[in-house]
Parts: sequence; C-alpha cells; structure tokens
Amino acid sequence: MKFSGLRVLKEGLTGNVGWTPHWRDPEPKPEYDVLIIGGGGHGLSTAYYLAKNHGMTNVAVLEKGYIGGGNIGRNTTIVRANYFLPGNSEFYSHSLKLWEGLEEDLNYNVMHSQRGIINLFHSDGQRDAFVRRGNAMVNQGDDAILLDREGVRAHLPYLDFENTRFPIYGGLYHPRGGTARHDAVAWGYARGADMRGVDLLQNCEVTGIDIENGTVRGVQTTRGAIRAKKVGIVVAGRSSQVAAMAGMRLPIESHVLQAFVTEGLKPCIDHVVTFGMGHFYISQSDKGGLVFGGDLDFYASYASRGNLPTAEHVMEAGMTLMPMIGKAKLLRSWGGIMDMTPDGSPIIDKTDTEGLFIDCGWCYGGFKAVPASGYAFAHLMATGQLHETAAAFRLDRFRTGRGILDEEGTGSQHNLH
Amino acid sequence: MRLTCPICGARDRREFYYQGDAVALDRPAPGAGVQAWDDYVHLRDNPAGPRRELWHHEAGCGAWLVVERNTTTHEVHGVTLAMAVAEARR
Amino acid sequence: MRIDGKGLIDRAQPLRFQFEGIGHTGFEGDTLASALLAKGVRLMGRSFKYHRPRGVLTAGSEEPNALVTIGRGAAQEPNVRATMLEIYDGLDARAQNAWPSLRADAMAINDVAWPFLGAGFYYKTFMWPRGFWERLYEPLIRRAAGLGALSGAHHPDRSEKAYAFCDLLVIGSGPAGLAAALTAGRAGADVLLVEEDSLFGGRLNAETFEVDGLAGPDWAAQTVAELRDMENVRLMTRTCVVGAYDHGTYAAVERVGPHGARRPEGGVAETFWRIVAKRAILAAGAIERPVAFENNDRPGIMTASAVRAYLNRWGVASGQRVAVFGNNDDAHRTAVDLEAAGVEVAALIDSRAEIAPPDLNCPVYAGAMVTGSAGRLGLKRISVKTGRGNKDIEVDCLAMSGGWNPTVHLTCHMNGRPTWRADIASFVPTPGSIPGLVTAGACNGDFSTQACLKAGAEAAAAVLKDLGLKASGGARLAEAEDSPYRIAPLWAVPGTGRAWLDFQNDVTVKDVKQAAVENFRSVEHMKRYTTQGMATDQGKNSNVAALALLADATGRGIPETGTTTFRPPFSPVSLATFGAGAQGIGFAPQRLTTSHGESIARGAPMIEAGLWYRPSYFPQKGETHWRQSCDREVGYVRKAVGVCDVSTLGKIDLQGPGAAELLDFVYTNTFSTLKVGRVRYGLMLREDGFVMDDGTTARLGDQHYVMTTTTAAAGAVMRHLYFVHQALCPHLDVRFTSVTEQWAQFAVAGPKSRELLNGLLDQPVDNETWPFMACGDMAIGGIPGRLFRISFSGEHAYEVAVPARYGESLFKRLVARAEAMGGGAYGMEALNVLRIEKGHITHAEIHGRTTAFDIGFARMLSAKKDCIGKTMAAREGLVDPGRERLVGLKPVGGDSVLSAGAHLFDTGVAMTRETSLGYTTSAVFSPTLGHHIALGFLQRGPERMGEVIRCFDHMRGLEAEVEVCPPVFVDPDGGRTRG
Repeated sequence: MKFSGLRVLKEGLTGNVGWTPHWRDPEPKPEYDVLIIGGGGHGLSTAYYLAKNHGMTNVAVLEKGYIGGGNIGRNTTIVRANYFLPGNSEFYSHSLKLWEGLEEDLNYNVMHSQRGIINLFHSDGQRDAFVRRGNAMVNQGDDAILLDREGVRAHLPYLDFENTRFPIYGGLYHPRGGTARHDAVAWGYARGADMRGVDLLQNCEVTGIDIENGTVRGVQTTRGAIRAKKVGIVVAGRSSQVAAMAGMRLPIESHVLQAFVTEGLKPCIDHVVTFGMGHFYISQSDKGGLVFGGDLDFYASYASRGNLPTAEHVMEAGMTLMPMIGKAKLLRSWGGIMDMTPDGSPIIDKTDTEGLFIDCGWCYGGFKAVPASGYAFAHLMATGQLHETAAAFRLDRFRTGRGILDEEGTGSQHNLH
Repeated sequence: MRLTCPICGARDRREFYYQGDAVALDRPAPGAGVQAWDDYVHLRDNPAGPRRELWHHEAGCGAWLVVERNTTTHEVHGVTLAMAVAEARR
Repeated sequence: MRIDGKGLIDRAQPLRFQFEGIGHTGFEGDTLASALLAKGVRLMGRSFKYHRPRGVLTAGSEEPNALVTIGRGAAQEPNVRATMLEIYDGLDARAQNAWPSLRADAMAINDVAWPFLGAGFYYKTFMWPRGFWERLYEPLIRRAAGLGALSGAHHPDRSEKAYAFCDLLVIGSGPAGLAAALTAGRAGADVLLVEEDSLFGGRLNAETFEVDGLAGPDWAAQTVAELRDMENVRLMTRTCVVGAYDHGTYAAVERVGPHGARRPEGGVAETFWRIVAKRAILAAGAIERPVAFENNDRPGIMTASAVRAYLNRWGVASGQRVAVFGNNDDAHRTAVDLEAAGVEVAALIDSRAEIAPPDLNCPVYAGAMVTGSAGRLGLKRISVKTGRGNKDIEVDCLAMSGGWNPTVHLTCHMNGRPTWRADIASFVPTPGSIPGLVTAGACNGDFSTQACLKAGAEAAAAVLKDLGLKASGGARLAEAEDSPYRIAPLWAVPGTGRAWLDFQNDVTVKDVKQAAVENFRSVEHMKRYTTQGMATDQGKNSNVAALALLADATGRGIPETGTTTFRPPFSPVSLATFGAGAQGIGFAPQRLTTSHGESIARGAPMIEAGLWYRPSYFPQKGETHWRQSCDREVGYVRKAVGVCDVSTLGKIDLQGPGAAELLDFVYTNTFSTLKVGRVRYGLMLREDGFVMDDGTTARLGDQHYVMTTTTAAAGAVMRHLYFVHQALCPHLDVRFTSVTEQWAQFAVAGPKSRELLNGLLDQPVDNETWPFMACGDMAIGGIPGRLFRISFSGEHAYEVAVPARYGESLFKRLVARAEAMGGGAYGMEALNVLRIEKGHITHAEIHGRTTAFDIGFARMLSAKKDCIGKTMAAREGLVDPGRERLVGLKPVGGDSVLSAGAHLFDTGVAMTRETSLGYTTSAVFSPTLGHHIALGFLQRGPERMGEVIRCFDHMRGLEAEVEVCPPVFVDPDGGRTRG
C-alpha cells in the first residue's frame, strides 16, 4: 500500500477499514542468504539497503523483542553532520544526504526536520575548536556558520546572556541539522524492507552463533536454528554479549545515557541547542515536549534507567543556560544502553570469522547514522568491500593506532567520550 | 546509587569517580606484546551481570576502590581498597 | 453546588479567584477543581488533538483534562492540574489550548475531521512536495500541538534542594501509610512520612468510612497528632515521591510555599529532596479507571471516586442530577453518599447482571451499560442499554468506575514489571522490584480499609525486624470496614462510536484496534503509534484498559500482552525545581585567585578558565581595544617586567622515599636524576600513548617534589597519580596532596625581573646561585616562600610562591614595583601571545589526539625506563611520519591575519576534506615580530620547513599564504631565558 494524503482522505471517507499491516509477521524459514541480528534502526536499515541496493531479499532480521525497541526508540532524535575528523566527516555527510530524501525513499513520513543546530561555545579556546570543526564541515561540503554572541541572540533570544556561569561567546550553526521522529524511522525502514521481501522475525532471540572451521553457518534462536551464509551483528547495547557467542571480545563498555521529555508546550524552542560547558542539549518535539539530555551516567550499566545525580545535573545545565524553561515540567526520563568505544567512534567491519560481520560501537550518536550505517553495512555484507564512506570504522584501529577517531580527545577510557 | 567506601562509609555516588573494569590493575609488562596491551587498554568482557570495576573516592579520601557490582541490577556485592588488592598481587 | 455541613474546607475563610476572567469565591481547603465544581463550572479545558470540551475527570495528580495556566508575565505557569492547585486570593487561572475562547475553540474543527486524523495518520502523509515539511506542514502541526505556553521570560521563582536520611520512608498517608508510620514510629524507628496531598489521610478524607468508631478524617487527624508527638517521626505534606533510584535513594518534590500572593517575596516555591532510606513502604493507594463508551469524555463525566471526593472532602455536588455507572461494588458507594447528602441520583447502572445493590431511592439497572452521552459543553444526557431496552436519562454528571488500578508506578522505576491479578482485574507490584521497598494497602491490591490498616502495620513490623528494632507490644489494630472488592472487567462498552481511553491525547478504542490491524501489536508499538499513555498523566488513567483492549484485538491474554514501563517522575516536576540552584551563576562553583579583587579593581575583564576566573587584560586609559592592552602587556615582558598570577596551575606536593620512582613512572622523562634545587619540564602520557599533560616539577629535597600541572588537567592528574600509586605501584612509599589553593604563585617575567625581585627578597638572587631552572626557598619580609626560575614567556623569568594568605599583598607589591620599572601586570591574552611566540604548547595543542611524536618531543620518551603510555605510544599508527605534526606558521609578506581553527592546504588545490593537510591550533598577532604567527599541525610538518602553503578559515572568511617554520618564533636559542 502506498501512503499519501490522498490515501488518508480515502480511508477516512470509507471508515478507515482498508488499512493493512505495515509489515508481516512471518514464520522463520530454515535458511536465509543473510541474517541480521538486531531489529533496531541500524539492523532494519541494513536489511532495507541489502534489498534495495543489492537485490538481496532472502534476508531475515532477528529481533529479541519488538522491532525498533532499542536505542532507535529511546533517543533524542538529533540528526546532524558536524564531525571534523576525516573518517567521520564523510560518513555523517552521507547519512545526512540520505536523510534528506528518506521520506520519498521509504514512502513514510519520518518527520525529518532541518530546523538547524546551534552548538554554543563559552571560551576563546572552544571557539577555535568549533572553527576548526566548522571549516572541516565546509571542506566536506556540508554547511556551518560561525555566530558571534549577537548572532546567537538573534536565533535564541531566550538564553541567559547576562547572568550565567559560563557566558555565551557564540555558536556554530549547522542549518541542515535537525531532528526526526525516531520511531517512524524504524517503522519506515521495517516496512520498506518487508515490502521488498525481508522477513522481520520478532520475539526471536539469538542464543548462539554457529561457526564451523572459521566460517559462520547460522544461528540458534528461541524460534529454532536458522542457517545462513552471512550473519551481521547489529545489536547496539548488547554487542559484547552477541559477539561473545562468536568468541569475540570487543573494545566496548556499555553505559547508560539518559533522555528527558517535558509536558507538551506551545512552540518555544525552534532549533536544536547544545551547551558545551554543561553537557546539555535540547529541542522541542512537534508534539510540544521539550526533549533534552546530557552526559552519560558514567558507570557501566545494562539497566536502561538513569541515576539521579546525572538527571539533576542535566536540569541544572538547562536552568543556567535557558532559565525560561523553569516552569516546564519533566514528564518522563529514560535510559538507553550505549556501546562506548575507546575513541567514541563506531565499528563497521568484517570479523575474523568468515561471513560474520559487525556494526556496533555507536556510543550515543547512532540515531543520525541509521541511514548511512545500514547503507555501508549492507554494502560490506553484500560485496565484501568496505563502503568508501565508512572505510575508517575498522575493528583493529585500536591495536594498530591507525585511524583512531577520537573527536573529543578524551582517550581510551570508554566512558569519557 | 551509594557506595560504601572502606575508609569513609556509605556515601552518595556524587563523591565517586568511575574509571572502568578492574582489569586496569593488571598492567602488562612493557614487552608483553600487542595483544596483551590491546586487551589491557581497549578490549573488555563487558558482562551484563556481576563484574569488578575501579572507582575513586575523589570527593572523599582519595582511595581507589575495587567495586564488585552487577551491571544489570546495580547491586553492589563488595568494595575493597584497590591498594590492598594490588599489594596482595605482588 | 456546595452541600451544607460537608467537607474539610474552612468556610470562615473565603478566597477570591478568577477562572477564564470570571471571578469566583471558594474556601480555604479548596482546589481549583473543587471550587469551580462548587460554582457549577464543568468546562475546564480542551483535549490535545481534537480540542474536545473537557471537564475535570479525577480529584488527584493524575488529572488529564483540567490543566490550566496560572500567573502572568514571567510567573506564567502552564499545565497546572486544577485538582492539585490549592486556591488563594487573587489566583488567576486560564484554560489552555483553546482559541479564541474555551467555549468557542476554532481548532475544534479537528473533531469534525477525526476520520482523517486517526492513529498515526501523520506517518502516511505530509510528504509531498519535498521540502514542504519544514516550510508548511511542520509549522502548522507545531502551532496546533502543545498544551499551555511558557512565558519566554527567565524563571522568576526560587526553588532549592535538600537531602534527608531515615530508617523508614513511608510513601502515602492513607490508612496503610498511617498504620505503617504508627507501628514504626512507636518502635522508635527514624520515620519519614510523606504525603502528596495537602492533608494526611488519603481516601479516608474522601470517603465516609469510620475507623475505630471515628469518622475517617478524624481518625487520620488523631493518628497524625500522635505521630507529631514522636521525635523520631517527621511528617511532610505536599510532598510527592517522584522517583525510586538505586540503593534506597528516592527523589521527592515538596511544594513549600503557597502559590502566588501568599508566598513571601523571595520565598522558596518548591524543594527537591533526595531521600536516602534504609527501608521504604509504598502505600500510594490506587487510581480509579474510567470506562470506555461512546463520548465518555464530556464535561460532567468523572470517575466515581472523584465524585465522592468532591462530595465528602470538599462538600461539593459535582452535579444536580447524577448517574452512577460501574462494574464493581465500590461504585455503589457513590450513589449511597450522594443520596445521603441530598443529591439526586438518577440511576445506578452496573454492567454486572448479578449484584447486591445497597438501599437506594434511585432506580438500579443491573446488567446494563451506558452506551453514549450528549451535551457539547457539558453532559446533558446518557444513553443506557438495559436488559429491557434502551433508555435515555437526563443527568449533568455521570460517576463512572471501571475498577481500581493500584498505584504501582514507583515499583517500576527500576525496570520492575507489575504482576497481573485476575481476581481484581489489575496489576499489582511484583515483590522485590525496588530493593528495600515493600508495598502495602491499595497499591498492593488490598482495597478494604481494614485490609489497608493491617497491611500497613504488618509491613512496618517486617521492616522493623530488618532494621533490628522491636515492634512495641500490645498495639491493637484499628477496626474499619472490610467489604470485599467485587468486580467483573469492563474495558469498553461495545459500540461503533468513538470511546476515549487516553483523554488528553484523544486516543480512542478505535485507534487501539486500528494499531492492531496495522500490526502494531506489541504494547510498546501500540503506545508509540497511537500515543496512548504518553500524555501528562503517563497513562495512569488509561493504560490498563488500552492494553486489555489490545490483548482482545490480538487474541492474547493481558499478561502475555505485557505492559509499557512507568518511568520517573511519578508526577511531573518543574525543571526549575529539578535543577534548583543552578540558574544564574549557581551551576558550577567559582574558584577565585588571591589577586581576583585587585584584578577587578584594575578593570580587568575576567574570563573563565575551567572553574577559575583569570584576568583577560588590564586596560589603561585611552585603550579602546583589547589588542592595545595586550600588545602593551607583551611589551612589559619583552622589554621590562610583567607580573601574572599563575596560581590556577595545579600544584601537587609529593613526599617520601618513593616520590622519585613514582615521577619516573608517570613522566616520559626522568626525575630521579634531577638535582635538589632544580626544576625540570615533564611530559605525561595517558596509558593509550597520547599526551595527557605537561608542566614543571621542582625537587625541593631528596624526597620532596612539587609538581605543576596545567590549570585544565589539575584534577585529572591528581586522580591519575592516586591511581598509579595505589593500583600499579603500591610498594612505593610516597604521599602526595594537592596544594593548588595553599600557594599563591606569580610569574615575574622580563629582563628586569631579577631587579624587581631583588628589591623584595630578603636574600637577593643572582645568575650563579639561581640559574635557569633553579628553585628553592626564599623569604619576603620574613615570610617564607618559594622561588622558581622558570619561564613560560621565553624571557628571564621567575615564579614566586607564597602561602595563599599573602597572595593579594604580594601581587599588589609586585605590580607596583613593576609599574615603577616600566612594566606592570599582564593578563591571559598577553600570556598567550608570549607563549606562542616562544612555541610553548597548551591544551590547544595537546588536545588529546596528539602524541609526543606529533609535538616534536619524541626524544623525551626515555629509553631507559618504562612509563605510563610508553608501550602504546609506540604503536605503528602513532609514530607514522605522515601524521599531522607541530609546526610554526607565519604569513608570507607579513600582513595577513592568521586564525586558530583554520585548515591547511597546498597552494592551488581545491579545499576539500581530502586535501586538508592540517589545521592551526593557536594564532595571534605578535607585537614582538610585528605580524601574525600561528602554531598548527601539518602532515609531515617537520619535513616541510620553509615551504609555502595556504591557510583557510571559511568560518571567519580569512585566507593566507603561510610559510612553514619551526614553532619557536622568538629567541629560539633560549639566550634570553638564561641570561
């Protein structure tokens, strides 16, 4: 079924009885060409691009719970291409281009909203670092504009410019950055993959990976054994556990990142705003809730719930930066599990096991990467070659020291990125 | 979250700094080889369950602590001084 | 309509307030909802999507409909629940999400267009033409969405934060909570009893129950009086526990001051409590659920328990002619209470065929259901389907009850999932969901007053045992009604019209069914697709019914269908309260140097350096631009003498026989060979081989060193030293402590620096006894201090340190003397110029991605010993000559402006990611050289000395041809430093 305004009109006039499932719930087949472990954003987009770009449709996505139930459904929905290290720049640039055509491509309104992102800086040193970043973005062909204090005030008049602990010096404005409706991204890719013949197998937990003589043969699941020539692990938040099924130890430690939303409010924040000194970022959803977050909880955790000190710190940062939000009320807080790597950048690579691939380590930046990650991972799994936009995300870069992508410069301690 | 520092007693999480897996106590010899050092600095078991990790009572006595904690429930099973653990190894 | 003689309000204290511009009078003890109902006002709000007219549904914090905006100007507060807002004189409340007025809301057009606005319609449209989303559709949607509005002005009120500790936290003060507090209090436990409401007592205040022969509210008041007399019991009303966290930590919000005019000027509005409790008892009660039937959302249709609460607690009849509709015995009380109070009851309608109704004057319809309602702005009529046909009944209020949902929310905050109990058709908490917390009373599925009293007392007794306390003997359990809870599930009345589940978000039974048809069968999918449970009540009123209907639609049972997760906060918390104390400068501590006051007095703009404040420059008369001041101050140091406070640098005192060995292990170079009375520059790596920090370390004695760190890394280095010592080198006998704040330290730099110092020091110094990199004790006016012959500027220079209490005095004397010698104080701008001229690096260069190899310090990695980071620094990727490495850059021709953050390119190439060869890290105008200079990192930099490349800064619109040169621009041989 093709979605359109006309279809909504027609169904509305005929009692909305014509709607059909967005995807099927098929029974697992005994064998597929490709198995994708993980029905989150990255896994679903991988399946979609395998089908769309490479004609591979004998594919199944194995999801432990319900599709889109991981970090794709619990993030702060920010989409941007503002990285500065080569290796990251081209990848996120590619992703943003895919975002820009995603609704048409998927025939699903993911509400990609290019409302602009403003990263605030609070010292001369931070300004110089953002200038370097902005220049890298322009070199990459993306957009960045340096705002001085008055330039920021023109966009964000509600910030506290007079009496704040870390005064605002200016901001780096990324007009093409913005947000998207996170669940819709998962559902759009799921529907797109399903329409092309991919089997989405929910409530199908992988319990083992079958490997013979260094070659992957399939997986064991709670719905039975499934054979396959190629298997991709795309399970952010559980990467270490699934990789361990294949005898791998990853450069990952799992951490909780909290996110917060307020009650619905009339429009008051039109951009995505980030506060460098306070580890705080905020935007307003189309529904009216202020969606915001901050730093990690900082200790390893799989609990997907946050702690109080971090939550308080996030609200405190918000109150010093933009005290006009004081009477907004926090409605809900939640936590996602982040694959934190030693340089804060992801991994898309082959493994030592023939036919086994891995896409992980997205830290807290995986949402905006969903299109390009699936695109590149599908390319890798289909062709055996790294995609040019994701050629830097190698698994061995930590061992060799080549191509370490430490945007924050905080080093190999996993939680510091 | 609260941790019981063996020196200071039960204290709020705000007083502590978390570093990571207690593997950091097992520093390889300089010539131990690439794999040993990769294991030490980068690779992690990262279990969903009980594990040993290093915390620092930064806003307290300054002691580094080996905390046995469950990463799924956050239950703390034990806290010992890292120095005592390190000394016992020698 | 107010009923004489009923309610816990103070009729002697009338209060004037406004709603929608119309003045009303209520009484002390009223909420806005009760006061409005007393005046016959039923229409209080509009729903989110369809802008349906809405009245109050509940009498508690779970209220989804009656949300109002109060206050004006900066004090404007949206989304205030009328059910929780205690009225006060001058209260000015307005409805939300309605234009031009609450009665005539233009957006109610959406209610006509509902067939096109069903679940998830927006995912299927607004996609064409491309680019119209941001320009047309999204702005329209945003404007229509949201409830109330923020004022846009800075928050004007004050909130604060506090900690509390107790043996036992009792959450809720209904019969279970009071019994628990009483039992624990009598046994001597340190008890904290918190109640969300303004009154203790819970449902006892809303029902006509008796306890021990006393009216419910009287028994509650008597019990509270006994608790108040106990020194070991603290009681808090208006305090809502909003979150349960690890290890017995709870977050709570206390409404401290009354709203508006009654709060004293500057008074605290709310307090955010962090409560640490050894044990907790959750006695949070239960929330009654509505029944879904066609048009069940009209103003005047309320939960039965709310109708009883308004009647018994506030003396208000919610209507003049009321019908009661339920599926359980509890609903029958409503008819009994109303008739007893003289309110006309039109009918009692029970969906169950077999019931034993109480004695009532009104008709009773068993096995009957309400199938619809009429009345656009307020209920006028209900349609009832009975076994004997359909019937319309004229009423202005319908009290409905679909049964009770235990308030399990807090038990889900640590990922606990509640357990389905078919006998009460509800979820109850799963024991152990929150370690240290037990549940008692209605929140645990015990619905009679007697059962609640018993459960509360027993829970407390168990806790006492855990705490090692003994319950005081002989305490008798109070006696109260113990009627059984009989219910037959009724989630939705069959029908074809729209029947509401989530009132605020306008989610209907149709939406849930459509979600199931479209294969959003997981409860999480259904929630996200329909927005069921995502409104301000977070599904407290509707989630259970919605998932029961989803279970039906998908042919599964309720337990298999599962639940969504309740997460903190239990009740919404204003950001000003959750983030109390941070507004303005309170966000982070301020660290001030001893020269701070003098710097301010001299007009220096102060800039943040981490938590510290440092002077940017010291302007003089006639100077209109910071560059003028900076250039002058650089001149002081290059030509005469300058004085700068460098106390913010980290200072760590290390002592003991193991100090030298520890330093050898944390620094790449060797300190055990450093002579006493000498200083050495040291480079520190992280274990991953990248540069962590640098600084000078002085050897003051055989076993005594003082390490200097950068300002930014002082804390991290201290932590690192503790780690290396305790975790890796426990055998070393060494102690260290941060003395950053104990010593005030000033750089005295320039050709006349020695002359200046010798005018102050008790013992003058000369080049023989104090050569470059010497250090030792000194005294000024008998005050002992330390002197270091070190230089960050490249000039002949010293740093002089005195105990911090003498810092201000010394700074003033140093500056006065410098000024007398043609110099003066210099700030951070000049300091930066001086260090760049000399090629000294800061964290602009050692930004966490650079190695010793990159900055040209590879030789500082001693081959003779191991050190932190040495092995990993030798990784192939970290010593690749192709890496970006430190160089100096100067403009060809001399007059171009250089800037930090610019990228470097070969001349004549297009500027792309691929062609970028590096970037600048620091750039300044050098008054000494008369042109700009820069430090930067360039691929194969050291191999490219003398070559001309391009420097391009898109952000600032700057471009220059630059010559690659060594990073030391001034006095590369160091003659001036040593001279």
